[in-house]
Amino acid sequence: MEWASQLCENRHIGSKMTDSKYFTTTKKGEIFELKAELNSDKKEKKKEAVKKVIASMTVGKDVSALFPDVVNCMQTDNLELKKLVYLYLMNYAKSQPDMAIMAVNTFVKDCEDPNPLIRALAVRTMGCIRVDKITEYLCEPLRKCLKDEDPYVRKTAAVCVAKLHDINAQLVEDQGFLDTLKDLISDSNPMVVANAVAALSEIAESHPNSNLLDLNPQSINKLLTALNECTEWGQIFILDCLANYTPRDDRESQSICERVTPRLSHANSAVVLSAVKVLMKFMEMLPKDLDYYGTLLKKLAPPLVTLLSAEPELQYVALRNINLIVQKRPEILKHEMKVFFVKYNDPIYVKLEKLDIMIRLASQANIAQVLAELKEYATEVDVDFVRKAVRAIGRCAIKVEQSAERCVSTLLDLIQTKVNYVVQEAIVVIKDIFRKYPNKYESVIATLCENLDSLDEPEARAAMIWIVGEYAERIDNADELLESFLEGFHDESTQVQLQLLTAIVKLFLKKPTETQELVQQVLSLATQDSDNPDLRDRGYIYWRLLSTDPVAAKEVVLAEKPLISEETDLIEPTLLEELICHIGTLASVYHKPPSAFVEGSRGVQHRRLPARAGSGESSESPDVGQPVGAVPDTPPAVIPSQGDLLGDLLNLDLAPPTSSAPTVTPSMQMGAMDLLGGGLDSLLGGDIAGSPAMGAGLASAPVVMPASLGAPVSSGLDDLFDLGGGVGMPTGAFVVPKTIWLPAMKAKGLEISGTFARRAGVIQMELSLTNKAMSVMTDFAIQFNRNSFGLAPAGPLQVLTPLSPNQTTEISLPLSNVGPVMKMEPLNNLQVAVKNNIDVFYFSCQYPISILFVEEGKMERQVFLATWKDIPNDNETQYQIKDCHLNSDAATTRLQSSNIFTIAKRTVEGQDMLYQSIKLTNGIWVLVELRVQTGSPNYMLSVKCRAPEVAQLVYQCYEMVLKN
Amino acid sequence: MIHSLFLVNSSGDIFLEKHWKSVVSRSVCDYFFEAQERASEPENVPPVIPTPHHYLINVFRHKIFFVAVIQTEVPPLFVIEFLHRVVDTFQDYFGVCSEAAIKDNVVVVYELLEEMLDNGFPLATESNILKELIKPPTILRTVVNTITGSTNVGEQLPTGQLSVVPWRRTGVKYTNNEAYFDVVEEIDAIIDKSGSTITAEIQGVIDACVKLTGMPDLTLSFMNPRLLDDVSFHPCVRFKRWEAERILSFIPPDGNFRLLSYHVSSQNLVAIPVYVKHNITFREGSSQGRFELTLGPKQTMGKAVESVLVSSQMPRGVLNVNLTPSQGTYTFDPVTKLLSWDVGKINPQKLPSLKGSMSLQTGASKPDENPTFNIQFKIQQLAISGLKVNRLDMYGEKYKPFKGIKYMTKAGKFQVRT
Repeated sequence: MEWASQLCENRHIGSKMTDSKYFTTTKKGEIFELKAELNSDKKEKKKEAVKKVIASMTVGKDVSALFPDVVNCMQTDNLELKKLVYLYLMNYAKSQPDMAIMAVNTFVKDCEDPNPLIRALAVRTMGCIRVDKITEYLCEPLRKCLKDEDPYVRKTAAVCVAKLHDINAQLVEDQGFLDTLKDLISDSNPMVVANAVAALSEIAESHPNSNLLDLNPQSINKLLTALNECTEWGQIFILDCLANYTPRDDRESQSICERVTPRLSHANSAVVLSAVKVLMKFMEMLPKDLDYYGTLLKKLAPPLVTLLSAEPELQYVALRNINLIVQKRPEILKHEMKVFFVKYNDPIYVKLEKLDIMIRLASQANIAQVLAELKEYATEVDVDFVRKAVRAIGRCAIKVEQSAERCVSTLLDLIQTKVNYVVQEAIVVIKDIFRKYPNKYESVIATLCENLDSLDEPEARAAMIWIVGEYAERIDNADELLESFLEGFHDESTQVQLQLLTAIVKLFLKKPTETQELVQQVLSLATQDSDNPDLRDRGYIYWRLLSTDPVAAKEVVLAEKPLISEETDLIEPTLLEELICHIGTLASVYHKPPSAFVEGSRGVQHRRLPARAGSGESSESPDVGQPVGAVPDTPPAVIPSQGDLLGDLLNLDLAPPTSSAPTVTPSMQMGAMDLLGGGLDSLLGGDIAGSPAMGAGLASAPVVMPASLGAPVSSGLDDLFDLGGGVGMPTGAFVVPKTIWLPAMKAKGLEISGTFARRAGVIQMELSLTNKAMSVMTDFAIQFNRNSFGLAPAGPLQVLTPLSPNQTTEISLPLSNVGPVMKMEPLNNLQVAVKNNIDVFYFSCQYPISILFVEEGKMERQVFLATWKDIPNDNETQYQIKDCHLNSDAATTRLQSSNIFTIAKRTVEGQDMLYQSIKLTNGIWVLVELRVQTGSPNYMLSVKCRAPEVAQLVYQCYEMVLKN
Repeated sequence: MIHSLFLVNSSGDIFLEKHWKSVVSRSVCDYFFEAQERASEPENVPPVIPTPHHYLINVFRHKIFFVAVIQTEVPPLFVIEFLHRVVDTFQDYFGVCSEAAIKDNVVVVYELLEEMLDNGFPLATESNILKELIKPPTILRTVVNTITGSTNVGEQLPTGQLSVVPWRRTGVKYTNNEAYFDVVEEIDAIIDKSGSTITAEIQGVIDACVKLTGMPDLTLSFMNPRLLDDVSFHPCVRFKRWEAERILSFIPPDGNFRLLSYHVSSQNLVAIPVYVKHNITFREGSSQGRFELTLGPKQTMGKAVESVLVSSQMPRGVLNVNLTPSQGTYTFDPVTKLLSWDVGKINPQKLPSLKGSMSLQTGASKPDENPTFNIQFKIQQLAISGLKVNRLDMYGEKYKPFKGIKYMTKAGKFQVRT
C-alpha cells in the first residue's frame, strides 16, 4: 500500500508543481496518512497536509474526521496556514460543535493581535462559524472590534453583526449591537459606512417594521458623502438604501438627485441601475416644469443604452428593467428605438426582451423601421423568436392605428412564405386585428382560407374558425369550410371545439336556410357526445336559445363585441409603481412584487412612489394620485377584512357589471335603476317627474340642486340603502390591519402593535402587547397626550395577568372623545405613553378619521343643499381616487358601513354623482360629492367642510374604504 | 447576499463549490441543469433561474458556468458583476480561466474566493489589493515556495484598502517608469441587404497599462472631448473635473486597468469601414444554389483593413459548398453549417471575393431563412470615431515617464443581412 501511494506522490512531483496533486482520489487509509502528516513536526509537511485537506473539502469529500488534527495547526504565525485552517473550521464547525470550542481561545487571542489584518480575520472567521456555543464567546471580541481604531477591522466587524444576527437575532438585539451598527453610519471611513448600511439592510429584511434604517436628512447627508468615496459595492448598498428614503420636499429631492447623478457614469452596471432607481423614484417629486426635471430625463437615457452593449446577462437584467422604465416614462427612451434592434447572435432571452420593448416604443414616427425589422426577424431560424416577431407585428397594428394597413400587408407577405408556424402565428394575430378594426381588412380572408389545411395548432385553428364564423356572410363556402373541421370534431382540443360550435351557430343565424343540418350536427356533437362540461353547457345554451327565441339568439350570439384594448400586457399601475421602487432587484426581473416570491422576507413593506409637490397640477397630471406624506404612514392592507367580502357580495347582488351586453341585464337591475331614476326625478320637483329618462335635465345644474325640494322622498331609494346598511353595518366598517407602533427594540422588549376601529358606536383602540424581553411585565397603564379630537381612554388598560416572556395579549381599549383638545400636526396624530413595571415608553400613531364618523351622520336633503351652498367655495377640495373598480352602488354600500351616508344619487351622461354626508364626533359636518364615471376606474371626490383641514383625512379614508 | 457559488463544466459536473454562509446542497444545481437542458446552446441558458427556495444567477464564460446561489432579494446585476469579477480575477491570476487551471490552483482559488466575499458581501475585488493579499502563482514562486517553505499569502495588511485611493497599492517602485494607453473602438452594426446601415454604434474603451513609481497624478485631455457624452469611468477618475473641464484627472491603479469606456451612437458619427456585395440565390426545384461575396473598403481614412474574417450560419438545407476564394482560405462544416472565410488584408486594388455553388438537399424546398454574415476586422492606428488624445501630463512625482498611445478599431457585432 505504502509504496503505491509513494509512487503516486513521486509521479505528481515529477509532472507538475501545481495544486492538482491534491486531487489524488481518496483511497482507504488516505485519511490516516493525512492525520499523520498533520501531526508532523515539520512546518512544511503540515502546511501541505492542510492544503490537501482543503482541496478534498473543496471537491466535496468528507474530511471532517480530521477536525482535531487540523484545529491543532491553528496556533501558528504562518498567515497562510492560519487562513487555511480557518477555511476548514468554517466548513466543519457545524458538524463538530464540541471540537469547535477548542478553537475559541485562539480566536479571542487573535482578536487582540497587534496586526489589524489578523484581528479582522479572526472576527470575520468567528462570525462564519455557525455554532451557538461559539457565538456567546464572540460577543466581547466583536464589541471591541466594532470600536477598533483601525477602520479595516471596524468594517469587517460590521458585517460580522449581520452574520451573528443570522445565527441568533435575539442575541444581537440584547447585546445592543444594532445601536452600535447604527452609530457606524456616521463613521468617518466611507467603507465602514457602506458595510454598516449593507449589514443593516440585510438585518432589516427580517424586521420589516423596525426602523433600523431610520433615515433623516443628516444621515442622508452622511450617506451621500460616503457614496462618493466608497467602493463600487458599497455604492450599491448605499444607493439601495437611499432609495428607501422619502425626501421632505422637492428641493431635498432635487439635491439628492444632483448628488446621485454622477453614479450614472460608473463602470459597474449594478451601480448604474441602482442610481437609476433612486433617480426614477425621486424625480417623481420634482415639478415637471422644472428645468432640472428635463435635464434629468435626458441624463437617464445614455446609461441605459450603454447597459445594452454589455454582456448578455447584464443586458437581460437591464432589459427587464427598461421594460418597466419605458412603461413609466416612455419619454426617456423614445428616440432610442434602434438600440433594441436584435442582433442575430444575441441569446434568445435577450432577443425576446428586446422585442417586447420595441413594441412598447413603437409609435407613428418609427413604425416603418420597426415593421421592417420585425419582418426581417420573421425569417430567422429560432422558432420561438419568429413566432414572437409575428405576434409583435400584430401588436403594432393594434397599437399604432396608422400602421395597421402596412402591418396587415406584412403579415400577408409572411403568409405567402408558407412557413408553417409563421402562417399559424400570423392567422392568430390577424384575428386580433379584425377585432380591433372590424369591417376593414376582410379582403384578406380569401388568402387566409387558402392556408386552412396547413393549420395544425389549436390556437391557429380556433382563430381561423372564429374568422370564418364572424364573417360567414362574406365567405361563400363558409359552410363547407366549417364542415371540414367538423369531421374530426372529437380529436380537436376544447378551444377549437368551442370555437367551432360558436362559429357554426353564427353561420346558422346568418344563413339559416342552408345550414340547418350542420348546426344540428354540431349541437348534438357538443351536447351528447362530449364529456366536457363547458362545451356541453355552451351547446345546451345555444340549443335552447335557438329553439325558444331565434331573435334573442341573434342578439346574443351576434352582439357587438367590445373593442380590444391597445396594450394588453401593460403592468397594472400600482404594481408598476412598486416595481419602479424596486428597480435592479429580482422583483424587477420577474415583474412581481417582492412579497409575492422572495422567501425569508417576512411581510415585505410595499413601496410607493413619492408624490410630487405642488398640488396645483394634481388634476391634470395622471401620475399624481397621492399628496405628500399620505403614503408612508399607512401600510396598505393586504388581507381583505370581513366587511370587504360582504361589500363584494352586496355589490354582486345589486349591480352586475354594466359593461356586459345589454341583452343579458337581469330585470332586477332594471328595477333598481328605475327606483333610482324615479327618486331623482321626484327630487327635482314636478316638471319632469315620471319621465323615465334619468336626470337628463340635471346637466344644467350639476352641483347646486334646486333649493325648492319639497317633493316626497323616494322610499324605494331609502329602502335600498337601508338594506345595504342593515347588512353591512355591524361588522362592515373597515378596520386597518394592525401595524407595529412601538418596536421591541425601542421599549426594552415590549412590542406594541395596534389599530383603531369603531364598533357599535364606540371607538376602540385595539392593541397587541408582546413581551419580547426575558422577564415578566406587569403594571401596565396608558395615557394619551392632548389631541385634535379629544380622544382619551375611557377606562384603564386592562392587562389582567402579568405578561410573561414571548407572550402576546390582545386588548380592546374603548376611547371617549371628551378629553382635552389640542390641535395636532398631522391632525390625526395621537401621542401615547405606555407604562409597565420596567419603564415608560412613548410613541405616536395616526388614527383613521373614519373612527370619528358618527352613526347619526345622515343629513336631511334640504339641509344638505343649504349647507353645500353655504360653505364657501374656497373650502372645497378636490381629489382623485384612482383605480377603484367598484360601481357607484357598491361604493355606496361600502361607504355606508363606515358611516358615510349617501343622501342622493344622480346620473348625468354616464356619470353617477353621489352626495354624501359625514358627521364627526365633535359635531363637524363634512359634505362630499363623489363622481363615478361608468367604465373608468377613477373617481372624483369633492369635499366641502367648514373645517377644511379634515378634507385630506377624509380623502384618505375614502381611498382606504373603497380600495379595501 | 451571495450565498454560494458552484462552478459547472460543459459536461455538467460541479467541479468546485464555495459557500459563504451555511452550506447549500449541490442538489440545488438540478434546477440549473434542467434549464441547461431546455436551452439549445449553453449561451441561451437564462441568467436568472428561480427554484423553490433559492435563485440561481449564472454566467457562462470560458466554457464554465459560474452559478451563484442567492436566497434573499439581491440585485441580480450585483451578482452578475461580481461573477464577472471572479472570472477576470481567475484570468488575471492563472493566465487562462479554464477548468484545468482552476483545478491546478484550487487552493489559491479557494483563498481568492474567501477574500473576495465575506458573508456574501464583497470584500476585496480590486486586482491590486488581491495581489497584495494572495500572490499569483508563477512557476518560479512555486519552486521557491517548495524549497523555502514560504507561502503565497502576503503578511501585510493590504494598505490600499483603507487609503483614499483604495485602488492603488502603496510603495510602488519601477526602474522604467512607463504609461501606455490603448484606445480601442469596436463597431457594432447591422447592415441590411441593400447595403444601408440600420444601426451602427461604437463601443470604445481606453485601456491603460501604467507602471509608475510612487503616487503619480495624471491628467489626460482630448482633442475632441465632445464625442464622449456617454462614458463610464474607472472609480479613480475625478468626475467633477471631467464635468467642468472635460479633462480626465486621476491617480491610476498600478498595472493594467480600464480607464473608461464610452459609447458613440449618433449615427452620423459612425463610419462604416467595409462594404459587402453578395448574391446568394436558391432556385426552386433545383439542388444547386449560387453564392457570390465580395468585400471592399469604405470609410477607412486611408488605413488598411486587416485580419478580416467572414463567418455565416448557412441554412440547414445546404449540404455542402464548392467555393473559390480570390484570397485567403475558407472552411465549411457540413454538420453545423458554419461557413467561415479567413480573408486577411483587404487590398483596395484587388477586392477579395468568394464565389461558387452550394449543393442543397435534393427535393427539399428552398430554404426559408437568409444567412447573415458576421464580419470581423481590425484597423490599426485609427479610432473610427475620430477620438484623439491631446496630451498626457503627470504631477506629484519628479521623474519623467515614458508615455505611449495606440489606437485601434475592430469589428464588434458587425452583421450584414442578405
